[in-house]
This record gives sequence, C-alpha cells and structure tokens, in this order.
Amino acid sequence: MSRIPVLKTYKIYIGGKFPRTESGRFYQPEDAKGNSLGNLCRSSRKDLRNAVVAARAAFPGWSSRPAFNRGQILYRIAEVLEGRTDQFVAELVAQGSTAKAATKEVELSVDRLVYYAGWCDKYQQVFSAVNPVASNHFNFSIYEPMGVVAIVAPEESSLVGLISTLAPALAGGNVVVLLASQSKPLCSITLAEVLQTSDVPGGVVNVLTGFDSELLPHFAGHMDINAVIYGRQGADQIEALQRGAAENVKRVSLLGDRNWLEAEAHDPYLILNTQEVKTTWHPIEKVGGSASGY
Amino acid sequence: MLKNKEQERLALEFSQGWSYAPAPESTDHVQLQERYSLFIDGKFVAPSSKKYFPTVNPATEQVIAEVAEAGKKDVDKAVKAARKAYDEVWSKMPASERGKYIFRIARLIQERAREFAVIESMDGGKPIRESRDVDIPLAANHFFYYAGWADKLSYAFPNRRPRPVGVAGQIIPWNFPLLMAAWKLAPALATGNTVVLKPAETTPLTALKLAELIRDSGLPPGVVNIVTGAGATGAALVSHPDVDKIAFTGSTEVGKMIQRAVAGTNKKVTLELGGKAANIIFEDAPLDQAVEGIVNGIYFNQGHVCCAGSRLFVQESVAHTVVRKLKDRLKTLIVGDPLDKNTDVGAINSAGQLKTIRDYIALGKSEGAEFYESPCALPQAGYWCRPTLFTGVSQSHRIAQEEIFGPVLSIQTFRTVSEVIDKANNTPYGLSAGIWTDKGSKIFNLGQQMRAGVVWANTYNKFDPTSPFGGYKESGFGREGGLQGLAPYLQFD
Repeated sequence: MSRIPVLKTYKIYIGGKFPRTESGRFYQPEDAKGNSLGNLCRSSRKDLRNAVVAARAAFPGWSSRPAFNRGQILYRIAEVLEGRTDQFVAELVAQGSTAKAATKEVELSVDRLVYYAGWCDKYQQVFSAVNPVASNHFNFSIYEPMGVVAIVAPEESSLVGLISTLAPALAGGNVVVLLASQSKPLCSITLAEVLQTSDVPGGVVNVLTGFDSELLPHFAGHMDINAVIYGRQGADQIEALQRGAAENVKRVSLLGDRNWLEAEAHDPYLILNTQEVKTTWHPIEKVGGSASGY
Repeated sequence: MLKNKEQERLALEFSQGWSYAPAPESTDHVQLQERYSLFIDGKFVAPSSKKYFPTVNPATEQVIAEVAEAGKKDVDKAVKAARKAYDEVWSKMPASERGKYIFRIARLIQERAREFAVIESMDGGKPIRESRDVDIPLAANHFFYYAGWADKLSYAFPNRRPRPVGVAGQIIPWNFPLLMAAWKLAPALATGNTVVLKPAETTPLTALKLAELIRDSGLPPGVVNIVTGAGATGAALVSHPDVDKIAFTGSTEVGKMIQRAVAGTNKKVTLELGGKAANIIFEDAPLDQAVEGIVNGIYFNQGHVCCAGSRLFVQESVAHTVVRKLKDRLKTLIVGDPLDKNTDVGAINSAGQLKTIRDYIALGKSEGAEFYESPCALPQAGYWCRPTLFTGVSQSHRIAQEEIFGPVLSIQTFRTVSEVIDKANNTPYGLSAGIWTDKGSKIFNLGQQMRAGVVWANTYNKFDPTSPFGGYKESGFGREGGLQGLAPYLQFD
C-alpha cells in the first residue's frame, strides 16, 4: 500500500507565532479545476488588531537596527527561500501556475529580495540631503520609516507580488501586517515560515488570510496603522480605502497595476513610499583661522 | 609644586598586582601552506623567476610561509588574464548576477572569519581583538555593501550611464592587509572591472587565503588575480600598458612616484596616502572619553594607521589634566603577544618599520621635546615599541610634521579656536582630524574648517563601508567607501 501523505495545516502568522484565527472560521480556496486547496483561516477584525499590536511592539527594535543588519536579514530571507524552492514551486503549481512559470517566479522572488537587501544601507545615501540654508546652521534631511504598514498583497501574483510589496517596506525599517491573496494564499503562509527562520524578529511581519471584502474596511480604519499599500485593483475598494484612511491620515500607496513578473519591476522609490522625511537644524559657531588656507 | 608631588604619590600604580593570565587565541584550526604561488586566471601558478621570499611573524621573528615573487612576466600574465576575463565574461554578465558573486565572497569571509583573523595577527602583528572585531568583519561588510551596488549604479550617477573602466591594478599596504584588499576589490568588482591586486610583501597571507576563497566562490577565472612581491612588482603593475586604472594605498612618497609614472597615459588613478592628523581636545570636552579617544587614535594597530591622531592639540587650561590622565592610561595598556585576547598593542609590523620608529623617537628627544613611554615589559623575541608620547612639542619639530607610522604621539597646546585651526591645518597632509568638545556648534565649525577628508567628532578611528574615506592635499585623492567610492572605477559619457 502506498504511503499516505501528511497534509499541511495553513495557519496565520502573528507576533512570530502561528495561531489559528481567533474566530475559528475557515474558507476553501480552489484551484482551476474546482478542487479545494485546503482549509485556510478566515481572519477576523480581532486577528487584525492582534497583528497590529504585535507589529507596533516590534517596531522600535526593527527600525533601530543598523541598516546594514536589515540588509543582512533580507539577504538571509533570500538564502532560506532559495533552499525551499521546490516547496514554493509545488504550491504555485497547485494554485494554477505551470512548473516553468512557477520556477521563474521563485527565482525572481529570491533575486528581488537580494535587490532590496542591497538597498537597505543605500537609499538613505541616494535620497537624503544636506541642505545649504543661508543661516549659520547645519541642516539635513533624512528618511525614517512610517511605522506599521498594512499591505494588501496582490491577488494574482501571490509570491513575487507579495515579496515585491513587502521587501521595500521592510528594507526601510517598517513593520508589516499583510493580507495574503484570497484565492492563492498558500505561498504567503509558507513564506511566513521562511521569515520565522531567517532572523526576522517576531512581529516584524504578520500574515493574515481571509476575505478582503470583510477586512479591508478595518485595514483602512485602524487607528494604529500608519500606511497602507494596496496591491489590488477595484475603483470602489480603492475609494473606500482612501476614505477610511482619512480617519488617522494614513498614507495610501496604490500598486495594483504593476506587473511584478517583469525583471525590472523594482525600484528604490517603493522604499520611499513608506518613509517620512525628517529635517534637523543645528547651529554652527563661526570662528575661522587666520586664513592659513593651505 | 607640592600639589604635583601629591598627585604623583596618588597616581595609579598599575605595574603592581595587575597581571592577566595569558589568553591566547587557538591557532590549530588555521590552514596554512608552507609555500604560496601567484593567483592568476583562477589557479595558483609558480612565478617565472622561481623565486620565493619568506613572510615573518613579527611577534616571534619565525618564518610562517614562503610566497612567490612576481616579476614583469608574471604581472603581464595576470593583466592578460584580467583583460580576457573582462572582455569575455565579466563585462557581459548582468549586473545583478555580478552582485551575487560578491555577496558570496562576503558570506564566505563571514564563515571563515576566525581563521582569517588569526592569520592576520600572525602575519602582521596586530592584536587578535582588532583583527577579530575590526579588520575581518569590516572586510566582509565592504563586500556585502558593494555587492548591493552592482545593479544600482544608475541611481548613484543619474543621467551619466556609468560603465566600468576595464582592468584595475591595485596596490595595498601592510597595516590592514585583508581590509585594504576588500576596500580595493569590492568596489572594483561591483562596478564591473577585473583586477590585479598586489598585497604588501610583509603581509601577503590573508590576501592569498582570500584568493583561495575567491576560487571556492566560483568567481570566473581571471576576474581577480593576486600577485605577491615588493616594490618592483608594484612598479611593473603600475607601468603595464594594458592596465586602465591604478588604485594605491601607501606612503605619500610612493604615491608621488606613481602619479609621475602614469603622467601622459590614460590611466585613472586614486591615491590614499599618508597623514598627520590633528586630534583636538577642547576644555569643555568630556576628558575621560577624550583620553580613550586619544589612545584609540594613536595606539590602535600600533599606530600603523594613515589616519592616526598623531598630533594631539590640547587646550591649555586642561593640558595638565589630560596629559596626567593619558600617562596613567598608558601604564594600563597591555603590550605583547598579538594572539592574546588581552593584548592592547601588538608587535611592530617589521624590523624596518621598528627602526624608522626608533629613529624618530631619538630625533624627538634630540629636538628637545619631553619623552614619556609606558613602563611595560616587552617580550624578548619580535619587534616591539612601547606606547610613547612627547610633550613640549612645537610646530617646527619633525615629529610634529612627518608621519611616523608608529605608537608615538606628539602633544602641543593651544588657547583659541582660531589658533588651533591654523596649527591643525599647517601640514601638507589632510587625511583626517578629531575634535573633542561638548558643544555641537563648535564641532560643525571645526568640521568645516579642517582641511581633511574625514573628521571625527567625539570619536576616532571609526570606519564603515557606507562612509567615504580619503584625503585632501598630499594625503591623496579619490575616496574609498560609500557611494563616492564607486566613481574611481567607472567612466561616464
């Protein structure tokens, strides 16, 4: 008799742990032939709140790490992801990819992480400025992370799209609450396992699965989320999101029309999407030498 | 007078009852061959002259290994290999893939960090604490940092279409052997150049271990070539007609020779040369911290540091206190076995350098400055110099003008800000400066007034891959590190 495979339970990822949704609910996404992909957590508003609490708690530690260290950790995610290529390919195939397209998507995902790993200690150098103000002051403007960033990950591009929206926020020192693709959620939870074993501190990334129709208003309205990256389409959803965001003046980035499978679908401006600019003034005492000048 | 005597009685007596048990780093995991050949086109090959020279442990005077002496023919072979690798492989590779090779090298150094640290201390005499905590991690970090730049160059130089230069000839000094190799190789490779690197003749081993590691990384053959030898080997590399760019770190004297040698050619040049940095202590500085900064500034790596804070300027009102604290602190420095984890000051790099330092100490005494050295005992074998300082130094003394490259500090005093700016800038060098004060507005003023490429405020001898390093005036030109460190290896439309 052939061996009975052991099936994986997909749970959500909050504060470095894998709980089930507090609501106890589930849903069954299907493949192209209508077969169930498994029982996924149908996360609730309470799960979102828990995830934001975990993220906020992780923010001081993550944002104060040296940029170089964040780069090392993003690179580590790439290393561990590369090692689990087969598993991701299998999930992408189950969700409807061809094997060839799936392999390409995983490779692109790894390379994209390496790309943003490199940016961690560079975007500040490229974009910040020393400002030549007219008075005797040393004046400079630097970038700082916004804080808790909610990401509504792309619906179709379930791995490379997810990574392409997640990595720039992490590179810039933000913490994330992420809503996975509703119809193709498998890779998001497996990616959470990769994150958990890649020196990413618990709470820095939190992953929920479930219905965007149910969760989107709460993402928009939550008072302790600083910014939302919306990776999907839909004029009505976008307007509702923008309206809700006004509650605490969230910054909203719309990235739904990008093709994340293109090799060049990455740039440092995606990091700046979740950065604030801080300008500091400091006086300069003016005493010169006797113009020795050499 | 009475007060001084009292202070002398109360001075801390560290020579009594303060002995540390030896804590030597283990060397049994280190893999060294008896003889190293030249690394050309991905393989170790014997030099055409068949000549080898010994490399010596300066703490024991024992020969560690023999290394090949590369002649003109060998250098030519290395340059040809670099050119071929540039034309056929490296310049055609997508930038992101190039970057991944460099990330690999960074990771391999991290994995083998301890072995490299031990060899660095054996070959160069620097304390294991420095090679373990500074040299090797920084070297790995440089590769990691520049790896990320490979596919981002158009953001560093917008609207300029950056392209590699071609084959780079790189010559590095003996004071930070692996770190200097990393400073040279990482930006050159990230920008798409191929390289012939010549390490210093007294400290070639970590560069040769790096060659092994680069071979293991799968980097295409010929992209990095490492040739060992002394001045003649370097001269052959500088004058080779198919080298597009020279990067040199070393003395101002040799730097000037190189600048003359490439005159009239199309070779790009960067020079990181000597220094005689002013370290300035104001009366409002946190003095205990400042004393630590002075010690770090001049005794770090036995003073074999081009940016060493070798000229100390102390504001007159606190000069007595600072010098007293400094002398006390000198007594606590542990001089000895570089492989001992307690050691603060290791061995002088070579017999030749020890003679240079001793000549300068004799000169300082004969010029009339007041001499003080730590009373510590020194090992029998090996090359050693006690941490030393001179007070009563004037601007005209040669020990205040010339780079000694050893643990010898010249102390002068000043009264006004204007005066110390003049004194500090009154040197042909301009590599670095230190400022110690509680007042931010003074820091920014002094920072602007110093004619030097790096200014440390309330700290000293700090290095980071993201931070450009290099000199004004006769300390050379070009920067290494940071975004600016890419430019010397690129050409633009």
